[in-house]
Formats: sequence, C-alpha cells, structure tokens
Amino acid sequence: MPPIPGPDAAGRIRPAATAPELLRNFCIIAHIDHGKSTLADRMLQATGVVDARVMRAQYLDRMDIERERGITIKSQAVRMPWEVDGTPYALNMIDTPGHVDFTYEVSRSLAACEGAVLLVDAAQGIEAQTLANLYLAMENDLAIIPVLNKIDLPAAQPEKYAEELATLVGGDPEDCLRVSGKTGVGVEALLDRIVELVPAPVGDPAAPSRAMIFDSVYDTYRGVVTYVRVVDGNLNPRERIAMMSTKASHELLEIGVISPEPQPTPGLGVGEVGYLITGVKDVRQSKVGDTVTNQSKPATEALGGYHDPLPMVFSGLYPIDGSDYPVLRDALDKLKLNDAALNYEPETSVALGFGFRVGFLGLLHLEIVRERLEREFNLDLISTAPNVVYEVTLEDRTVVTVTNPSEFPSGKIREVREPVVKATILAPSEFVGAIMELCQTRRGDLQGMDYLSEERVEMRYLLPMAEIVFDFFDALKSRTRGYASLDYEPVGDQVADLVKVDILLQGEQVDAFSAIVHKDKAYAYGVMMAGKLKDLIPRQQFEVPIQAAIGARVIARETIRAIRKDVLAKCYGGDITRKRKLLEKQKEGKKRMKTIGRVDVPQEAFIAALSSEPAGSAGKDKDAKKR
Amino acid sequence: MSPALPEGDAAPADGALPASVLAGAPSRDLGVYVHVPFCRVRCGYCDFNTYTAPELGGGASQAAYAATAQAEIALAADVLARSGLPERPVSTVFVGGGTPTLLPVADLAALLGGVRDAWGLAPGAEVTTEANPDSVTPASLAALAAAGFTRVSFGMQSAVPHVLATLERTHDPARIPDVVRWAREAGLRVSLDLIYGTPGESLDDWRASLEAALATGVDHVSAYALVVEPGTRMAVSVRRGELTLPDEDDQAAKYELADELLTAAGLHWYEVSNWARTPGDACRHNLAYWRGDDWWGVGPGAHSHVGGVRWWNVKHPRAYADRLAAGLSPAAGREVLDEEAARLEHLLLGVRLAEGLPLADLGADGRRRVAGLVADGLVDPAGALTGDAGGRVLRLTRRGRLLADAVVRTLAA
Repeated sequence: MPPIPGPDAAGRIRPAATAPELLRNFCIIAHIDHGKSTLADRMLQATGVVDARVMRAQYLDRMDIERERGITIKSQAVRMPWEVDGTPYALNMIDTPGHVDFTYEVSRSLAACEGAVLLVDAAQGIEAQTLANLYLAMENDLAIIPVLNKIDLPAAQPEKYAEELATLVGGDPEDCLRVSGKTGVGVEALLDRIVELVPAPVGDPAAPSRAMIFDSVYDTYRGVVTYVRVVDGNLNPRERIAMMSTKASHELLEIGVISPEPQPTPGLGVGEVGYLITGVKDVRQSKVGDTVTNQSKPATEALGGYHDPLPMVFSGLYPIDGSDYPVLRDALDKLKLNDAALNYEPETSVALGFGFRVGFLGLLHLEIVRERLEREFNLDLISTAPNVVYEVTLEDRTVVTVTNPSEFPSGKIREVREPVVKATILAPSEFVGAIMELCQTRRGDLQGMDYLSEERVEMRYLLPMAEIVFDFFDALKSRTRGYASLDYEPVGDQVADLVKVDILLQGEQVDAFSAIVHKDKAYAYGVMMAGKLKDLIPRQQFEVPIQAAIGARVIARETIRAIRKDVLAKCYGGDITRKRKLLEKQKEGKKRMKTIGRVDVPQEAFIAALSSEPAGSAGKDKDAKKR
Repeated sequence: MSPALPEGDAAPADGALPASVLAGAPSRDLGVYVHVPFCRVRCGYCDFNTYTAPELGGGASQAAYAATAQAEIALAADVLARSGLPERPVSTVFVGGGTPTLLPVADLAALLGGVRDAWGLAPGAEVTTEANPDSVTPASLAALAAAGFTRVSFGMQSAVPHVLATLERTHDPARIPDVVRWAREAGLRVSLDLIYGTPGESLDDWRASLEAALATGVDHVSAYALVVEPGTRMAVSVRRGELTLPDEDDQAAKYELADELLTAAGLHWYEVSNWARTPGDACRHNLAYWRGDDWWGVGPGAHSHVGGVRWWNVKHPRAYADRLAAGLSPAAGREVLDEEAARLEHLLLGVRLAEGLPLADLGADGRRRVAGLVADGLVDPAGALTGDAGGRVLRLTRRGRLLADAVVRTLAA
C-alpha cells in the first residue's frame, strides 16, 4: 500500500486549514522530451489523486496541441496528499512551461515554489534550456532535487549523468534519484524526498492577504481561471479582491484547489496553491506575476517580480483566402483571452492582402499561435519571415520603432539599434568548431566556454536576436547532428550596420519580402530572394525584371523572360467545351492572383517564397514543427 | 475527341432540342461531322477515340459501322425536323477519325449518301475526309471523288523519318508527293497536316518537313504543336524520361518558322494553326466550328452544336451502337449555353481567326483592354484602331497568335 493519508490524517491537510509546515510546493524543471508530464502522471497515480483507469497519458496537458507536441504550454498546479512517518502532507506540484519563450511564466512558477525537481533524461543528459531554468531556480533559492528519468531505457547512462548533475547542483552523485516515469520505479522515493528536502512555505497569516498569480487561463464556461500562491493572509469565497497592478477589483465567485479536477474550498491559507474564478473574461485582467489582495483590507506593497510580457518577435499573419480575414480577426480576439502575451494590429500587404502584424514572445510562441489558429479555427495562414524590433534614430534625432521591415524609414538614418541575446549552447565537445563557425556567420561574439564534463561543453555567445529568430536552431541542429541544445535571453541592444533590402517586381516594391539585414548580408539576401521569385513567378506576356535594392541602389537583378507560347494548337468541335471550361477555371484562378503592377503572381508563389529558408532549403515550417 | 467527355447535363433520350436553338437559325450553316473510330495501329501520341480491333461486336465492328452511323444520321434528321428548325441543305461534311480510309470507299460513299438523303447537299458543298498516306491508292482516291468527296486531308505529320518513328507513324514520307498528286489528279483539293515539337525534332527537321509539304504545291496546311495528353503511351515515355519534351520556346520558334515559310510560299494563316493559299482553299467545315454555325457530329464520342446547345455522344463504339439499336439518342450529356458561356466561346473561337473578332462583340471592359494588347504587340493595330468604328476587328499578330489563350484571358477577365 502506498503511503496515502487515511481519513483522519487527511483532515489535517484540508485546503484552507492546512498548517504551512505540512505544505510542500514544488515544480519540475525538465527539457521538452525528458518525460516531465509522464512523471507527473505517475505522481498523480502514486498519491491516489487519479487512478490508473482514468489516466490519460499526460493528464495535466489539457490542450490537444500540447499532448500532440509533448510539451506543456500552460502551467497548472495539482494538490496531492502524501504521508511520511505518519505525518500527512499536502504536495502542490506546479507545472512549468519548458521553453525559453515562456521564461517569464517559468520565473513566476518558480517564485510560487520552495523546491524544484531537476528532471533529466538518463540517456541524454541536461539540455541548455533546463540549465537556464535550473540557474533561475537556484537564483530563487529553491531546494533542488536532481532526478534521472527513463532509467528503464537501454541507452540510459545514469552514472555518467549523475556525475554531471552533481557538478551542476553540488552534492554527491549518489544523491541523484533514479526514476522511470514509464514504469513508476522510484516515484514514491521521490515523493518522500520532496517532503524531506523542500522547505515548508513561510508567511504571515495575520497580514493583509497577498497572493501571486502564476498562471491565468481562459475557460469557455467559467471565464478566466487564475492560479495563485498565497504568501500572506488568506483568501475567502465571496470577498472582493483587488489586482495590485491595475487596482481593478472583482468578486471572488469561486476559490479552490485542483486535485486533479477543480474542487471549491472554503478558501486558501498561507503557502497554499489554488485557483480563483472572478467572472472576468480576459486574461489581461488577471495578469501573471500580479499580486491579488483583499479589497477591503489591502496590502500596501505588491510582491516583487511583476512585469508585462514584451513581444520580441513580429510576423505578419495573413489568411490564404482573403475572405477569411474576419475569421482570423475573431480567432485572434479569442486566443488573446487566453494569452496575455499576444498582441496584434491589422496591416495590409500588396502581396498578401489583409492580415495582422502579430507580436510574439519568441519563435515557439509564434508557431503555437499559428498552429492553434489553423487547427482550432480552421484557417489557412501564411506568415511573413519573423523579425525583431529595431530602434531607428533619424538625423533629426527622432526615434522610430520598427516592427515591420516595410516601415523602415527611408530618410537619413543616424543609427539603428537591434536587440541582442545571451545564448547558451550545450553540445558534445566534438562540435565546438562547427558551432563557432555558425555563430561567426551569425555575427556572434563568444563570451566564454566551459566543459561540463570531458565530452560536453557549454558555450556562451552574444548574438543579434535577428540572427537567431529565423533558422538558427535548425542550422545548429543540423551542424551538430541534433545534439546541441540552445537557450537564450534578451540582454539589451546594440548599434549595428543594418539596411533594408527591398524586392521590386517590374519596379514595384513587394512589401512582404522587404527585410532588414546586416549590410554584409544584403547582397546574399537580394540574390537569394530575386532568384527564388524568378523560379516561382510564372512567365508573363512581357519581360519582368526582379530587383533587390537598398533604397535606390539595385544590388541584385533577375529577369523573368516573357512567355512566348500560350495557345492551344487544336480547337475543333470536340475541344470547345473543354477549352471553355478551362478558361472559366482560369478566370476563377485569376481572382486568387495578386497583381503587382501588371504582374500576376499566384499567391502560392508568395507562399512558397516565404515559407522556405533563406538558405534555400525548403520546408522551414515543417522542420520547425518537428522540434 | 479527348479521352474524357465533359461534364454536362443529362441529354434527353430522344435527342430533342430546346426551343432556344431556333433563334438566329436561318443565318447559320449546317455541317455534318462523321467520326470513324478505327485505326490499323494506334500512334503513341494519339488520345483520340479510336480502336484498332476490327471486331468490337454488334453494330460497333468496322464492317457494320457505316450502317450504325447511318442510323444516327436518320435520328439527326428526325430531331432537327421536329425541333422546328428551318430545312437546310448541308454545306460541309467532314469525315474524321481514327482513319476513315480504313473503311472501304463504298462505306464512305454510303455515309455521304446518308447525309444526302437526310438533308441534301448544298450546291458547292465541301466534303472532306481525313486519310492516312499509306491507306490510299490512285484508285481509292478517284473512287472517293466519284462518290462526291471534294477534299482530302492527309496526316503527313513530318517528312523526317526519326520524327515519324517517334510519333509511331508507319507511312513512308517519300509517298507524300505521290498521294498529293493522285488526289489532285482525282479532282480533290488537298490539305497536309503537320506536327511540330516532337521529342528529338530539331528546328532544321521542322524546316525540312515544311519545305517537303510546300514542295508538293499543296494549297492548305495545318500545323499543330504536339501536345502529350495524359494517358497516352508517349506520356508514359516522357514520365519515364525516355522522351524529353521540347520546351515552349522551341515550339514558339517552330510556329514562327512555319508562319514565315508558309507565308513566303503564298499560304496565309486564316486560323491559328491553319494556312490556305486563297480564301477558297480554307476548310469551310472547320470555319463553321469557329464561327458558331450548327453541326451534327455523328459517331461515338462525337460532339455536336446546334444553336447554343452542345452535346457529345457516348464514347465506346459498342455502347454507341447499342443505343442506336434501341432507338435512343447516343448523346451522353449536353449543355445549353447561357449568355455568359456563349460570349466566352465566341471570344475564344473568334480571336483564333484571321478575319478577326469584331470589337463590337467585346464588352466595354474587353474593348478597353484592346489598346494594351496592341501596345504589347499582340493585336494588329490596323484592324483594331483604324477605319470605321463599326468595322474594327481584333486580329492577332504572329506573337499574339502564340499567346492567343493569354489574350482571351485578358479580354475575358
């Protein structure tokens, strides 16, 4: 029998009536495919919260898209009972997003915990993103419990990676727990270890209530569900609460814990983790990182660490069928309810029609949003190459913020600043040369290099963000046979010698293909894009020049020769109906053509030109999705 | 006859025509096309509705075919009479295939006799048959003329042996001058059909074919770019990489060469793919297709057009024969053109003709685009921009003929 508290003991860990010393709040830090969700599932089973019969694989990842991609986008918290030496405990497992795009959400999840399980695949070792989150956890003074997962795998090398973890976390390799999320081996020992090592939360039950929002999810039936960790005081049903950043107040319609379905409770006390429902409809009214307090007896000081998420990457999203524009607008409005980081403005493109310029936290965020739009709203979309935000200072010292290359000012420019990231790359040491070469071509600046072990190296680079938003990760993976992992965080900006390259079709600018690139790469971009369009745009009745230009200076040129023959040789009695029907079809097809000047371009040509990498290898989107 | 029939409405079992066909009927000529769906061998590029087996069973066998087709001619006469259309003698007859000359001359004569019995032939009627150069003799050509045929169109295709071999044509090119001479001696007017753009054909090969055709002194030439239709043996060879298709630039250069040499020899284009020495040498039957006259297509897979109604027969000779034997119309489907479709057909057919499409027949939108087409060198400025406004026509330049479909799309947009 697993040590699940019986009815008497359970009375001591009732929500709203649990002494803080019986609480343990922890999260799991892991790389995307290192088995976090599977381990979480085993914990739910071991603690009796979910029985095996109703267990869906990866119970906590609710959205289909998360289950399919095997990654967790939104975090959640589950309360699990556990008994050690006859004492019942309530364990709150706070699920954290695993990707760099959601670092801010990760940091808020970590701030809601006292401990973290560092979960590493025993066959792969630690990855860059995990390392970044580990450092974040260590900075937050969390107790770290190193755990090797998937020890059932034939390729597992627990000794080797236990050494690596001990080097990183400190301590003895023997302290590293070994579990298998698949078989359940070691899960009970891990739960015991959590009770033993994770400190109990500390707070002032008598102080005005303060609770930190670490997640906020829109639910179609309930409105926004807000996940909080109570720091001081307590929250009770039917009282009015206030958001300290916006001063907005709401009535608490429901308060409770998740175990694993929502259960209303008489409230939440110091150190407890649970959810609130206030009836608001938009996650922007319940922001991650904000502090919830009691309106009638408010706290004076908010909990630290709150800031608004800032979009780092922009891309134009356009419906392939122009008549879907209203559907796209409604879809974005709906996604926004559940995604505080998503922002967008309508924009029009000569090439692509009506769409939106959308700001994202990063590339994964972009992909997820795009995929949800396509899947949940049945939209076919084309996205322009992602770009970062530039600060352009003109001669007259006016500063222009550019989120769309076609808005890059054309006048005299004093300087252009671009965002810079600190990138950490972990890879087997044999690939150091290849990685250095790649980073060199991406204008990278090596900041330092450390050997984690004889075979594994950590490299730190400063890189312009623009150089990594498009295909850097794919290039890194292909140069390291898939072994390298990458993490990055924005660290400011720098002045750079950047220019805008325009693509002109018969003298007309094609806005969707304008790009802001480093001066040294302008020529290569121009040649590549002009060549690609030459291959994709069908020949017209007249010659069509394609030019790449910086301002008025043409840097590359291709020519689409005029078509010479477009006529059916035979058109007799039996051919007429077929011929007319073909013409009717072509007339329909022409409606879907975009006309740039006099040039008819099938939308597919624009799509093909946009959806492959600058290097020319097609299928960028597909590759990205495989990650 | 393309392999796939169009999709259309159901055709009535008795073949009856709607009253809409009556409008404008007196000004339209009546023609008859007779399809002969047999060949001795099937050429690799051919996707016509034709069969090499002499015995397809029942009324579909070669021996019974003339009688089966006669049954449709009788049905046609009945349908046209019942429709209320005015009685019109037939202006043109065209027997195509397949290889019509695979049938005994007596059968061809009987078919023509059937047409004559049904409607009568107009004075000076044009009666053409297609013929394979290797399936005629001086005697057979004389017999055709005696039966009332006035014109023969030979499938010469090329004068170059390796090109003929690729096309899987079995005739000896050296025979061409002979068959032309025999036909002329029999009193028949002669046309030669040529194909350009065969895989492996050089520009010089094509020039040799044109010169060989002109050397016969022929008064009419049709020249067609080879189109590899899906489902043909040639399409398979191309897919396997055994044959390489010439690109469109090559075909364009060959069209230009043809137009140059034929014109220099005194043959003038009157349709995109047809050249004739004098207007009287043009194929009147084919002109009827492009001008929107009425014609009845007899035979399996044959198409017909009467007053804005188009229909097409079932494809297989056996199904065709069975329908007729049961007293039913062999039509598989039909369409009654609405105004928009009729306008589009008039446009796409009219621009192909040297006589030009009256600008008055274009809508206001279309007329506005003519100046642009002239500026692009696709439309002859003389016909489109000069002279009395009512008589202006859209006539394509040589470059315009090569881009005729693009011109139609521009005008129809």
